[in-house]
Amino acid sequence: MASQVSVKDVRHVAMLARLGVTDARAAEIARELNTILEHMDALGRVDTNGVSEYSAFDGAGQRLRPDEGPAIRMSGDADSFAPAAREGLLLVPRLATHEDVGE
Amino acid sequence: MSVSSHGRRTAAQIAAGVRAGTLTAKDVVSSALARAVEVDAVDKLNVFLALAGQQATQQAVRVDASDGARGAPLAGVPFAAKDNISVAGLQVTCGSRILEGYVSPYSATVIERLREAGAVLVGKTNLDEFAMGSSTENSAFGPTRNPLSPDLVPGGSSGGSAAAVAAGVVPIALGSETGGSVRQPAAFCGIVGVKPTYGRVSRYGLVAFASSLDQIGVFGACVADASTAFGVIAGRDDRDATTADVAVDDYLATEGSLKGVVIGRPREYFPAELDAGVARHCERALDRLRSLGAEVRDVSLPHTAHAIPVYYIVAPAEASSNLARFDGVRYGLRIEGDGLRGMYEATRSGGFGPEVTRRIMLGTYVLSAGYYDAYYRKAMQVRTLIAGDFRNVFASGVHALFTPTTPTPAFPFGSRSDPYEMYLSDIFTCTANLAGVPALSLPIGRVGKLPVGGQIIAPHFAERRMFQVAGALERALGAEAHR
Amino acid sequence: MTRGPEAALLARYEMVVGLEVHVQLKTATKAFCRCATSFGDAPNSNVCPVCLALPGSLPVLNATAVELAVRAAVALGCTVHGTSVFARKNYFYPDLPKGYQISQFDKPLATGGHVTIARADGSTVNVGVTRLHMEEDAGKSLHDRFHGVTAIDLNRAGIALIEIVSEPDMRSTQEAGAYLRAIKQILQYMDVSDVSMEEGSLRVDANVSARRRGATELGQKTEVKNMNSFTGVENALAVEFARQCAVLDAGGVVEQMTMLWDASAGEVRPARAKEGSHDYRYFPEPDLPPLVLDASWIESVRARLPELPQARRSRFEREYKLVAYDVDVLTASPALADYFEAVARATTDAKAAANWVMGEVLAALKSTGATIGSFAIRPDRLAELLRLVRHGTVSHTAAKQIFSAMVASPEAPDAIASRNGLLQVSDDAALGRWLNEVIAELPKEAERYAGGEKKLQGVLIGAVMKKSKGSADPKRLAQLLAARFGT
Repeated sequence: MASQVSVKDVRHVAMLARLGVTDARAAEIARELNTILEHMDALGRVDTNGVSEYSAFDGAGQRLRPDEGPAIRMSGDADSFAPAAREGLLLVPRLATHEDVGE
Repeated sequence: MSVSSHGRRTAAQIAAGVRAGTLTAKDVVSSALARAVEVDAVDKLNVFLALAGQQATQQAVRVDASDGARGAPLAGVPFAAKDNISVAGLQVTCGSRILEGYVSPYSATVIERLREAGAVLVGKTNLDEFAMGSSTENSAFGPTRNPLSPDLVPGGSSGGSAAAVAAGVVPIALGSETGGSVRQPAAFCGIVGVKPTYGRVSRYGLVAFASSLDQIGVFGACVADASTAFGVIAGRDDRDATTADVAVDDYLATEGSLKGVVIGRPREYFPAELDAGVARHCERALDRLRSLGAEVRDVSLPHTAHAIPVYYIVAPAEASSNLARFDGVRYGLRIEGDGLRGMYEATRSGGFGPEVTRRIMLGTYVLSAGYYDAYYRKAMQVRTLIAGDFRNVFASGVHALFTPTTPTPAFPFGSRSDPYEMYLSDIFTCTANLAGVPALSLPIGRVGKLPVGGQIIAPHFAERRMFQVAGALERALGAEAHR
Repeated sequence: MTRGPEAALLARYEMVVGLEVHVQLKTATKAFCRCATSFGDAPNSNVCPVCLALPGSLPVLNATAVELAVRAAVALGCTVHGTSVFARKNYFYPDLPKGYQISQFDKPLATGGHVTIARADGSTVNVGVTRLHMEEDAGKSLHDRFHGVTAIDLNRAGIALIEIVSEPDMRSTQEAGAYLRAIKQILQYMDVSDVSMEEGSLRVDANVSARRRGATELGQKTEVKNMNSFTGVENALAVEFARQCAVLDAGGVVEQMTMLWDASAGEVRPARAKEGSHDYRYFPEPDLPPLVLDASWIESVRARLPELPQARRSRFEREYKLVAYDVDVLTASPALADYFEAVARATTDAKAAANWVMGEVLAALKSTGATIGSFAIRPDRLAELLRLVRHGTVSHTAAKQIFSAMVASPEAPDAIASRNGLLQVSDDAALGRWLNEVIAELPKEAERYAGGEKKLQGVLIGAVMKKSKGSADPKRLAQLLAARFGT
């Protein structure tokens, strides 16, 4: 279970999580994560043969709702708390069309 | 009438007074607001991030004007809410820069239920950023001080709400629990803190940290107040599919005698290196329980040692996903960068503090390709074993467990700088979150000035038993709980 | 139909195609919140804390979305699983508010179905359906609405979708097109979706690979996206397949890529996705318990299934004694099939009903741009008209005129007929009068007919039809004409 988190790993994870991270900080985070993960190594030795993953639910299944409104009321439109909006549309820096297509 | 730890009016007393006409909601709320200003401006405790001044006064007036409201169970009772619980028209910063400027357009279910019961929200309290922490030192808005000893932390992550009750601003307050964030600060501040069974209380409106662990919890100056507030907020909510379809009990009508009640004393929670003062007060509490007729039985929860590693894999994993929505697109902070990706990175690295960043990184890592099975999946399997420990003990004839809430009393600011060392503060509390069982902390003594908390853990949906044991112990200890 | 260049490549390389189809379910509200799903509303007006991903919001699943998804799964022959689990698919995109999509991963709603299609040569093949799962739609990103920014509309975010993944069982663009048309028809008949690529309620991602004829291992597949029509899918597949074959011919290796179809240029272009970025970090959705479906309820969905297209086709052949071609035309959409059937049942003359629906009705729809659902002539009215023709009350020619009038105004056919003098005249006296007039106006033709040129009967009768504005009974006319001239 032990794995050494490298600075390259940290940069990759930072990219997945869209967290900008400086080189200095990346090295620091790698150290911190390794320390934390070392403590997790003991889990690798626990016998979990045949043990299912934890479920918080009792097996009764999901409660569904009827296909009807009204929608949840908000005190304010979507563009009232948006950082940038125009004509009701939310604005973000322009993507070159299809750049980062749905990841 | 129940005794509050600071000698101020209990919620029960306030509600009774408003009902009888000897108190007005307006006066009560007005005093609470004044005290709120005082604790921060004068005592410099940094409890509140925002006061609900105008809303609070309007609501108090409404309570006074309505017969129905005046007769409600919490009529005129002022309360505080951790600033990760949504209230329409107010900020919900989650102790973070990233929600700067965001005003919630809707209210959490628990807020609506408390208001229907006549209670009046006085303000939003400080917390560790996104509820990640055990000391309220991780807030972007400065730490909160422990009202009993201002050089010490109040605990976390719901440190502000705990302090609000301990400082006598409000008799009840809402916090949130993921690994102990209500019980631990309750223990550090000498008050009662309750974590519900997972699914007992609606999470609708609670900003998610770790969805399979989160629950909104209650602080009270005494067990009766905490259980009244608990009874008001508990119950199925159609807006939260994880709430259970289980009837809400009457948590106040409990027997005083503990004859026939079996209390388990799990040996893993009483290690040799437990703080001597904490150990002493726990043994005294157990003696009191025996004197009330309970049988105290030695039991084992063998997988306890794995709880912290499991917790610190599962919680950050879920958090890394829950916090992805904070991206500067629809609300809150936006910092421009190089294109869209630059905007995401600048916003998130500028808006999140170091602990949150660390946990998102950790969570993303343990979910990522190649590591999912070794970390997340493995942790969720061990979690099943931890939950199994509780199920087995409760199935063996034990009605409730008694343990220390924390390994030590409150510690000084800056004294737990190693993240893993800080994580260990949760060692006795996070098991209940992992297993989904209800748990409560109440004051059981002092070490010097510092409160010590004792924890009662009950089976799923057996909060009635939990409140019974806690109430009985509280009465039996009396003033000794604060000595 | 296999194109020329495609056919040449297919001689040396085998095309292997799998299709992923995303279908919007026609529910009134979204998958996980009570916002309306209506199309074309003002941007960001059908949103709420849940689909906006405001802090503290939680998903609650729509029961009708589940029913429609199960109905679709059953119709495609899938096994519907009693327990399925939702999962989070994590990635960042501005039209994905939560930063994850609620979908299903390793425990989907249904698996193991198939769709039967016809190849170009008429043989049939079963295309396997690997799985059908439920998920939510993302919002819309508009890159060219305002200069220098991308504009986001979240009205579509959270609409319930089913994703249908096929086995890589298709071997040509024709088969791919046939599969899509078959899926669309089945889902239309099941009334679970509008399935319109033009409107965005049906979207297709294609996977295609090439391997040398005779090879057993699959080639490296690429994904092709951004097609707006079934022909677009066929064209894009042909172009990408040709590209892959060229790479292989040159001794190269096909790289795993996502290609985007540019319809106006007729080209595919690689999408600019960074390598290693497709790590969705799936984990079970902690905000939703597993979806548990009672076996007897699933059975009841099966029992209540609307008639499948194949069943409708067989029944039309049997019940109405129609030929395969006519049946295909009439069952193209369930609405058209319903319309035809209503007419057929009301007139008891299925053949006439078929002719009129395939002929006049479809022509009228084409020229007016109406849909059969909004067509001005309702089945009972058309049936009345056909009855008038069958009883000889109006001639076939007159009936066509009445039909046109009915398209324009909602009147009963007999009222239109009598008002416009279109009621068939079989009265000998009247017919005789017209005949006299025509014989007087066309003396040469009359003489030649009398002299034995039988084919001029058509000219003379035609002239009477014109004079009578189509109302003369042509059969009786023929009899009278023959009697007049003793022929």
